Amino acid sequence: MNWGGWGEFFAMGGYALYVWGSYAATFALVACEIIFLNLRKRNILRHLGRAGATAQRVVAQHG
Amino acid sequence: MFRLFETAAGTGWGAEQRRINWFKYASPQAFFPLAGTLQPWFAGLAVVLCAVGIYLGFFVAPTDAQQGEAYRIIFIHVPAAWMSMFLYLVMAFWAGVGLALNTRLSGMMASAIAPTGALFTFLALWTGSLWGKPMWGAWWVWDARLTSELILLFLYFGFMALQSAIDDPRRADRAGAVLALVGVVNIPIIYFSVKWWNTLHQGASVSLTRSPSMATTMFAGMIVMALAFWMYSMAAALARVRCIILERERNAEWVADPLKRLP
Repeated sequence: MNWGGWGEFFAMGGYALYVWGSYAATFALVACEIIFLNLRKRNILRHLGRAGATAQRVVAQHG
Repeated sequence: MFRLFETAAGTGWGAEQRRINWFKYASPQAFFPLAGTLQPWFAGLAVVLCAVGIYLGFFVAPTDAQQGEAYRIIFIHVPAAWMSMFLYLVMAFWAGVGLALNTRLSGMMASAIAPTGALFTFLALWTGSLWGKPMWGAWWVWDARLTSELILLFLYFGFMALQSAIDDPRRADRAGAVLALVGVVNIPIIYFSVKWWNTLHQGASVSLTRSPSMATTMFAGMIVMALAFWMYSMAAALARVRCIILERERNAEWVADPLKRLP
């Protein structure tokens, strides 16, 4: 174990800005991509309407 | 795809092809449900591997003797940089297959990979900048490694911009494929830049020909995070290719009128 406590962990030996800045950007961008992908899927399914809903069911049945 | 089948049958190796049926999943209609089945598995693996990688990176890997805790950026920086190059090669491969064999799904796959590749390229640059500041004293230098990686980001953006500027998706695929294939020349430049030029960026800590020049637990954390990013890329690309399939095939019978396909 590297850390004496949570304070030490978050301080990252004085490099908190750089280390947490890297990890925060990564998780934020990945979260954005996941949200955009879900919106894109919802949009195209809404556009397809009933056919889209049925397509989803067909896909669910056939794996 | 069907054209290829007919030619193949005429040349004698067609029978073999049909028996193995390599091309079954080359049709968007057949690939759509397969991608939907595989996608959650890749996503799940990505979450598990990421949790293990973060644990190894922060709680098992020791503090670096020279860089203190700042080096822990490596667990994102190196995997992101690897993925940025690897995804470009995969994207160019599918673009090239689409160009050569005229298969629709290949072009869709290339388009599906590009945004995730751009994401990892940006992250490699961003985390590199945050690492460069405390270690080199500069957020950015025009070093060969950094510059060629920036060009990679512009290649991804150029690929996406070119495709979105052309209305006909098949023409967009072909134009994008040419750009992607020409841009492949940048990948060895990025990879070998630290050898070819005298760069501020350090040389590779990991190579296939010698054991890694870092602690085993550091190395393990980096590899696990790289696997996590790989699995995430697969999940994201499959999710996106499913959207692209529905968008492009929305007038095809199997999408527009799936009631006919119900048993």
